[in-house]
Amino acid sequence: MAEEQNYYHTKLEEIKGRFNEREDKSLKRWRDTTLEQWEKISNPVYGDYENSSGIKIKDLYTENDLPSDIQEISGFPGEYPFTRGVYPNMYRGKLWTMRMFSGFGSPEDTNERLKYLISHGETGLSIAFDMPTLYAYDCDNKKAVGEIGKCGVNVTTLKDMEVIFDGIDLSKVTTSMTINAPAHVLTAMYFAIAQKQGLDLNSVGGTVQADILKEYIAQKEWIYPPEAHLRIIRDMMTFCTDHARKWNYISISGYHIREAGASAVQELAFTLADGFYYVEMGKKAGLDVDKFAPRLSFFFNSSINFFEEIAKMRAARRIWATVLKEKFGAKNPRTMMLRFHTQTSGYSLTWQQPLNNIIRTTVEAMAAILGGTQSLHTNSYDEAMALPTEDAVKIALRTQQILAEETGIADTVDPLGGSYYMEWLTNKMEEEAMKYFDKIESMGGILEAVKSGYIQREIAATSYRRQKRLEDGKEVMVGVNRHVEDNEKPLNILRIGKEAEERQINRLKAVKSGRDEDSVRKALNDLRNAFLDENKNIMPYVIEAVKSYATIEEISNVGREIYGGWKEPVIV
Amino acid sequence: MVDGKNQSLFKEKPIKILLAKPGIDGHDRGVFVLAKAFRDAGMEVLYAGLLPTPEEVVDTAVNEDVDVVALSLLNGAHMTVFKKVADLMRERNIDDIALVGGGTIPDEDKPALESMGITGNYGPGTPLAVIIDHVTSRATESRLRKLR
Repeated sequence: MAEEQNYYHTKLEEIKGRFNEREDKSLKRWRDTTLEQWEKISNPVYGDYENSSGIKIKDLYTENDLPSDIQEISGFPGEYPFTRGVYPNMYRGKLWTMRMFSGFGSPEDTNERLKYLISHGETGLSIAFDMPTLYAYDCDNKKAVGEIGKCGVNVTTLKDMEVIFDGIDLSKVTTSMTINAPAHVLTAMYFAIAQKQGLDLNSVGGTVQADILKEYIAQKEWIYPPEAHLRIIRDMMTFCTDHARKWNYISISGYHIREAGASAVQELAFTLADGFYYVEMGKKAGLDVDKFAPRLSFFFNSSINFFEEIAKMRAARRIWATVLKEKFGAKNPRTMMLRFHTQTSGYSLTWQQPLNNIIRTTVEAMAAILGGTQSLHTNSYDEAMALPTEDAVKIALRTQQILAEETGIADTVDPLGGSYYMEWLTNKMEEEAMKYFDKIESMGGILEAVKSGYIQREIAATSYRRQKRLEDGKEVMVGVNRHVEDNEKPLNILRIGKEAEERQINRLKAVKSGRDEDSVRKALNDLRNAFLDENKNIMPYVIEAVKSYATIEEISNVGREIYGGWKEPVIV
Repeated sequence: MVDGKNQSLFKEKPIKILLAKPGIDGHDRGVFVLAKAFRDAGMEVLYAGLLPTPEEVVDTAVNEDVDVVALSLLNGAHMTVFKKVADLMRERNIDDIALVGGGTIPDEDKPALESMGITGNYGPGTPLAVIIDHVTSRATESRLRKLR
């Protein structure tokens, strides 16, 4: 009996079939006459003209490079398959949100920063956490020494979140929290504060990243083995679908996959493959795809190869819409819309001649806008070295404002749609991503491909190849391997002091001596029982646990005792 | 990759290097690139995995009898965490294992790290050949001490 071919394999054949292999006589004439004669006198320098994904770029694109069903697969903005954008009038209707990610030091510092932003009209808050919080270690754990408040704010108990949101009405803001492995704990803390403010959880808006698959692939922030985290995500998914309808419980992220060394195609393929996994998981949990999948949103990287990035974003929308409709049976167009946040590439920034980074970020921001992003974070020029200084952040924000308000870049929808090159490249990115989906499916799915280390090895191979191309001069980074300057002037960088550490440890002591140990024990025990029963949803128990002022580590240790930790497969 | 008079030193047993990211930091792109580069340069490469403690790094280095430990951090905690590794090495009187560092290390931190015996301290954009040369010369010192 013939094995049933997987969906992606069939789709791949369909995409390949979009190009008619007819010979273009007028192009041949041009090559043989005009181009050839010109090349004889112009001494062209031949590079290998490859983008980050290893796709060979032709010298010229013509009508012949357009997919045969271009009208159908490109379509109109706001309509399936959304290649040209998720909204009919795109930035005329609503400009992208300039969402600058920040967070540092102690909860008091962050509270002050948030109130400052709110007083300037900002309603979309975005919070970064420090490494101990991201790995669910308390501030007094010995692993946390020297790390408190370094890469973001520290949160050990609900008390810290109460300080962060002191005086802030959660019904008036939305908050994006960049946290993954303990996302359920931070979500529970946020919900606990909302409830203390007397709000219905259905009125509370915000986002946690919570995309654990990309942690195993790239960012490497996990607590438990994958299956344990996936169960927690399932519980977040069902809890929020029923009780917190405006809470985006997951932001499926390619950003970190790219920063870890992936090409644009790899970022596209692995991120969407993660997304498909979460859709399957929701369906398996008995949820209606049109009810939960509209809450799924994405987070992409915008790197330095301009056209490749735009094509990646266009292809991402088309693939998501097509697969959600054809494979997962979505009926509501909203379910098929891929909405995304973009951050410019940190890896593309150089330590050398740092002011050049402003230019790089500008180009990357333009790609994100032309790619149709819903929100954008622009990096600061000093970020190759450390967290940004305030002046550098201001330039990064001004970059977006200049693009939005001076250049006319947002005046028309999908300005590159219909370009021979852009449409060819969009299709090529889609085809290359589909090859990965096909391969991943044949390996038993993305979870298996991650657990075996296949995805991580693919990324490590790409980043090593890129490094060698830089060393061979096949790729250029200005200031690094070309136009190098000796005597670089040192830059003033942001330093984080030790005050946050002391403050946090003291607060934790006070919380522990003031809390009711019996109710902490009971809450943790109830949570343990919920974990042990696959059919239970842990979220109400996590909320009870944070309300008892159990610490992030105590709560996470319940899972640690049941599931253990996770040792990464061999990658190199 | 090892040339000239040191060739015989590594003939029987190539340079053995342990790559480690002590502290809480998952930025492993650089460490994987280096692992491949060191291996291509003929070294025997070990990786300490994610989030090892300084104690675990030193234990592994000793148990595996490596020539060099290469520390990498991109989370800003190098002055605390690299120092811990160096202190442990000194406490245990280990002088035949060299420490080198790398990551996002500001220039003004480098003299202090050097005084702890942690050399290199290379940042983004450093050519692999420069790093390999440095590791080779530090490995040569270690190997001569081991043979003493």
